[in-house]
Amino acid sequence: MTFTRKVLAVVLAVGVAVASLAPVVFAQTVVGVTATEIKIGNTNPYSGPASAYGTIGKVIGAYFKKVNDEGGVNGRKINYISYDDGYAPPKTVEMVRKLVESDQVALLFQTLGTPPNTAIHKYVNQQKVPHLFVATGATKWNDPKNFPWTMGYQPNYQTEGRVYAVDVLKKHPNAKVGILYQNDDYGKDYLKGFEDGMGEAGKKMIVLKQSYEVTDPTIDSQIVNLKNSGATVFFNITIPKFAVQAIKKAHDIGWKPVHYLNNVSSSLATVLKPAGLEASKDLITALYMKEVTDPQWRNDKGFTDWVAFMKKYYPEGALDDQANAYGYNVAMLMTIVLKQCGNDLSRENIIKQAASLKNVELPLLLPGIKINTSATDFAPIEQEQLARFNGEKWELYGEIFDAFRKN
Amino acid sequence: MGLLFLAGVACLLPFVFSNFRLFQFTQVGIYAIAILGLNMLTGYNGQFSLGHGAFYAVGAYASAIMMDRWNVHYGWTIPVAAVLCLVVGFLFGLPALRLEGLYLALATFSLALAVPQILKYFEHWTGGSQGLVLSKPNAPFGLRLNPDQWLYFVTLAVLVVLFWLAANLLRGRVGRAIVAIRDNHLAAEAMGINTSLYKSLVFGVSAAYTGVAGALSASAIAYVAPDSFNVFLSITLLIGSVIGGMASISGAVFGALFIQFVPNWAQDISKAAPWAIFGVFLIVFMYVMPFGIAGAIRLLWIRARRSRVALSPEPRETAATRAPSAT
Repeated sequence: MTFTRKVLAVVLAVGVAVASLAPVVFAQTVVGVTATEIKIGNTNPYSGPASAYGTIGKVIGAYFKKVNDEGGVNGRKINYISYDDGYAPPKTVEMVRKLVESDQVALLFQTLGTPPNTAIHKYVNQQKVPHLFVATGATKWNDPKNFPWTMGYQPNYQTEGRVYAVDVLKKHPNAKVGILYQNDDYGKDYLKGFEDGMGEAGKKMIVLKQSYEVTDPTIDSQIVNLKNSGATVFFNITIPKFAVQAIKKAHDIGWKPVHYLNNVSSSLATVLKPAGLEASKDLITALYMKEVTDPQWRNDKGFTDWVAFMKKYYPEGALDDQANAYGYNVAMLMTIVLKQCGNDLSRENIIKQAASLKNVELPLLLPGIKINTSATDFAPIEQEQLARFNGEKWELYGEIFDAFRKN
Repeated sequence: MGLLFLAGVACLLPFVFSNFRLFQFTQVGIYAIAILGLNMLTGYNGQFSLGHGAFYAVGAYASAIMMDRWNVHYGWTIPVAAVLCLVVGFLFGLPALRLEGLYLALATFSLALAVPQILKYFEHWTGGSQGLVLSKPNAPFGLRLNPDQWLYFVTLAVLVVLFWLAANLLRGRVGRAIVAIRDNHLAAEAMGINTSLYKSLVFGVSAAYTGVAGALSASAIAYVAPDSFNVFLSITLLIGSVIGGMASISGAVFGALFIQFVPNWAQDISKAAPWAIFGVFLIVFMYVMPFGIAGAIRLLWIRARRSRVALSPEPRETAATRAPSAT
């Protein structure tokens, strides 16, 4: 059946080419592109343990629908094919092979999760399929030498850990530092970035490291231990559920360190409000996106445009879920790359254009944060800015930290 | 003769289908081996397991660690994974002897829950939650087959050997003892069957089959990670076993086809609620074919034969047409 469909497609394509007086000559590896369509493949966990992230795949689809309604990209409509992989790597392999070999997509975009992307990393590079803006915070996606077809998107955890370390060294050079981290790759990545950033000084300054398992019911005893260690700076590497507990507990037992909270838990709606705005006062975090639940963006054009988009194209999506802002931003970046490709939508040119982004700003990134890529730099967002919570909103301070500039 | 014909068709598939389809059929073969292991335990011996994903994971990791750490040839890792899972399954079978029915199901379920977390604990060997990246085996002896075709043939060969072994085991003296234990534990013991030894051994063999499937999957996917072996895998295998026909050998293949392709169809039918569609498929299959696909085919076959021979005796009740007795 697919065979007859393929024959039909070929016949149609030839027909169109002959009919138009100026037939388009394509480069050699143009796959998934016709005169009217670009096929983009994606996998997302719509079911299974990580299904909370599935909304990213949906909001991306909604954004591409908006693009199509407005005429598409250079006259071509985006055909976005997204499959459920349930966050299970074997299923990701199967679905990505389906996208590449059976659906014949032009490129893969925003495949979600570190293990799922690791499973297909080698395959997509052997097949030379652009594997763009993967949705994971791991560090390994910026490796154009060995994996010239895979590109990351968001700042990675190690970079962010380094941001806090630099701030601690600058402002509190004589502090005693206590750390709480989740005992897995996410927690250890942050920890590594932080310890690398502290360098030799860290060995003396870090007085206590406490860890917890994601399955633990509470982290109260770890907080008490940290307080008793005499730490005056607290680096809190926890997911929202535990971040709420940590902020509350520290407040309740009267421990008032300089409290650095990882970006993962920077949401007002899911962390700071449940923990108590008073207890959350003076928390410090590093941001790269506008926090959608932060009142300071209420009248920001980027934010209001996003809300209007959500209401029209994805009304069932939650307006206090940062993931919906994340998907909106990254889908816009994808569209920018496609526009930049012009009429040459060969796989070679797609990856080339993705690797030549210059000072691109997106509406829901913090003002001043710019996306830059090059043939040797496959890490689009590398800037973050520190912010302090003033009891009401995140107050940005200091300059924008650039992981590459090493300030 | 029918079997030869099937084997011929199976050997032709690689030259008809695309590599992607072939990869899917390789998965079917792998699932079929795992489900056959589960069928021996649940269908023939009446012991329930909701934890076979754990043995699948042990087999996959055993193979992956050997390939990753010591550069062992993938072919050798398969028997090693089988022996390892045989031992693990046998040992788990010993305490499980005290548990019956639903209690055993829960005990095995805990195994399925625990294994992915235990894997993360031995990070040095298993690569933690990042897992281990492997490379796909190429065809040896300069055979002109691509890796997908070669893996398909390897899986097919392992499948044929294991199915042949299972058929011999289950159709002989040992098989009768295994079924007797399921049908009536006390009567089997009274006839002189060492029920505890048999039950533990069946557990071991069943785990070994599933472990071999896991080892093959490590090569086919070329990657192992704890997320690959979540609880859902165990449940999926059980679904395959029930849908295919629990107390049957051929049922394992039908069950494997079901768990490989039906979730994909469900997703094609409805993007919004694929699992609801899958649920409908499940209920329809259970309602129309209460003894699984293999049982339904056998019933049809018997009916067709009966209508041809006017005065045939009542069809003998076979293992395949009977559900395992409730305990």
